[in-house]
Amino acid sequence: MPSGPAVPTDRPTDRPGDAADDAARGAEVLTAPEIGRALTRIAHEVLERNKGGTGLVLLGIPTRGLPLARRLAAKIAEVEPGLDAAALVGSLDVTMYRDDLHRHPTRTIGATDVPPGGVDDRTVVLVDDVLFSGRTIRAALDAINDLGRPRVVQLAVLVDRGHRELPIRADYVGKNLPTSLTEQVRVRLAEIDGEDSVRIAGGDR
Amino acid sequence: MRHLLSAADLDRATAVHLLDTASQMAATQAREIKKLPTLRGRTVVNLFFEDSTRTRISFEAAAKRLSADVINFSAKGSSVSKGESLKDTALTLQAMGADAVVVRHQASGAPHRLAHSGWVDGAVVNAGDGTHQHPTQALLDAFTLRRHLRGDADNPDGVGLDLTGLHVAIVGDVLHSRVARSNVNLLHTLGAEVTLVAPPTLVPVGAESWTSRTSYHLDQVLADQQPDAIMMLRVQRERMGGDGTGAGRTGFFPSPLEYTRAYGLDARRLALLPEHAIVMHPGPMNRGLEISADAADSPRAVIVEQVANGVAVRMAVLYLLLAKEKETTP
Repeated sequence: MPSGPAVPTDRPTDRPGDAADDAARGAEVLTAPEIGRALTRIAHEVLERNKGGTGLVLLGIPTRGLPLARRLAAKIAEVEPGLDAAALVGSLDVTMYRDDLHRHPTRTIGATDVPPGGVDDRTVVLVDDVLFSGRTIRAALDAINDLGRPRVVQLAVLVDRGHRELPIRADYVGKNLPTSLTEQVRVRLAEIDGEDSVRIAGGDR
Repeated sequence: MRHLLSAADLDRATAVHLLDTASQMAATQAREIKKLPTLRGRTVVNLFFEDSTRTRISFEAAAKRLSADVINFSAKGSSVSKGESLKDTALTLQAMGADAVVVRHQASGAPHRLAHSGWVDGAVVNAGDGTHQHPTQALLDAFTLRRHLRGDADNPDGVGLDLTGLHVAIVGDVLHSRVARSNVNLLHTLGAEVTLVAPPTLVPVGAESWTSRTSYHLDQVLADQQPDAIMMLRVQRERMGGDGTGAGRTGFFPSPLEYTRAYGLDARRLALLPEHAIVMHPGPMNRGLEISADAADSPRAVIVEQVANGVAVRMAVLYLLLAKEKETTP
C-alpha cells in the first residue's frame, strides 16, 4: 500500500544531487543492496513456507508491486530449478475494487494479467511495496475473488509501516518500519524510477 | 471531465486516456465474472426520448457491469406522451437522486441544456441528440480502429497510441448523421484523416469548414485514397420525410437503387479496398441499401465487434465520470 496517491504521476520526482532538496527526499532506510537481500530472504521464506514452488503464483499490485513480484519470481526460479519465472508472475489491478474511489480524483486503471494456469487451487502470493492501512490488500482480496478460488492467499511486502485500519497482516515482510502518520514512505525501484531506494520523509524531524 | 456532451470537447490526451481505460474494461469483460463493484450505490438513469436498441442496451450493460443501479426511462409509455416537458422530467429524476443521466433526444442540444440548466446535479452523458453529436459512438469507433489498425502482438489494443496517419472514409447520409459529426471531431483530434463521401444533397451546409475532406464519388475515393477503414452510415429515412412519391422514395436521391449503385458498399467496392482495411457501420444496417450482405458479413466487417467495444467504452465513460469525488464547478 503506497502511502501517497496510487497514481504514479502524482509522486514527487525528486532527483539526486541538489543539497537543498535532500531534506525533502528524506532519510534512506533501505539501500539498493538491502532491498536485494530482503527480496532474497522473502524468496526463500516463500519456498520454505509452501514446501517448494508447486502451484505458486505471484501477483504484483501495480505500480511498484509488479516489478517486485518479477524480481521475487526470478529469485525463486534461481533456487528452485524447473520453475519458469515469467510463468509465476501476474499483475492484479485493484483500482476498481477500492473503497475510497469517491474521495479522490479519478484513478488510472492498471492491467490485470493472470498467469496461464489461473488462480484456482493455487498458492497466491500478493506482492506490494508498502503495507499501510491494509485497504489496498482488502481490495486485492476482492479482486482475486472475482478471478477464481485460490487454495491459499499470502501477502509479501517490502515495507510494513504500521497504522493498519483493517485486520490484515503480511506473511513476508522486507522491513518493519515504525512511522508516524505524518511521515511519507517512498519506495523507488529501478524499473520505474531509475534507482532502488526506500526513503522516509516529512514528519517532525 | 464532468459531462460528456460532444466529441469536440475531448482533447487528444483525454481521448487517449478514455480509450486506454476502455481497453482495461474490455479485458475485464473476458473474465468469467464480468461484474465489478466500482460504482456500487450509484444510480444511472437512461433517459431515452428516441428509439434505440444498441445504445440503450449498451449503456445499461455498462452500468450494470460496474454495479450501478440502472433506471430505464423511455418516452413511450411515460408522462412525456402526456406532454411533460424535458425540464419537469429532469426535475423528477433529480428528486430521485440520479448520479448520471444518459440522454438521447430528438432535439440537438437537449443534453447540453440538461447539463447547464441546473436541473440535475449528476453527470450528463449524450447518447445522441438530433443530428448533432453521439460521442460514445465516436469513441467506440476510435477504439475499434485503434485495436485493428494500430495494435500489434505485444499491444493488441494499441494502448497509449492515437490514430495518427490513418485514413477513414465516412460514406452515406452525412446530413442527418450525428455519428459522422462526432467521428469527424474525434478522429481529427486523434490525428486521423477523414474523407466524407455523400451525394451533394446529403452533405450538410458548412461541411467545407469541417476538419475533413468531402467527395461526391465513392469509387474515386476508394481507388485514389485507399482508406484504412470505411464507415458506412445508415440512410436515415425517418428524418427525410416523404417528399418522394411512395416506394421508399425521398427528396434526397432519385431512388434507393440509384443510391445503392453510387454509394452502397458491395463485393466489387470491397475488393477495391486495401488488404488491411476494415468495414464499419454504426447500425442498424439497411442491408441492400447502403451495405450489401457480402460486405456486411465479410470477415473484414467489424460491425458486431463495434457493439461489444461499445460496452467497454461506455464503462470507461461512466467510470471516469462517476468514480471520483464530486466536482462542484460546472
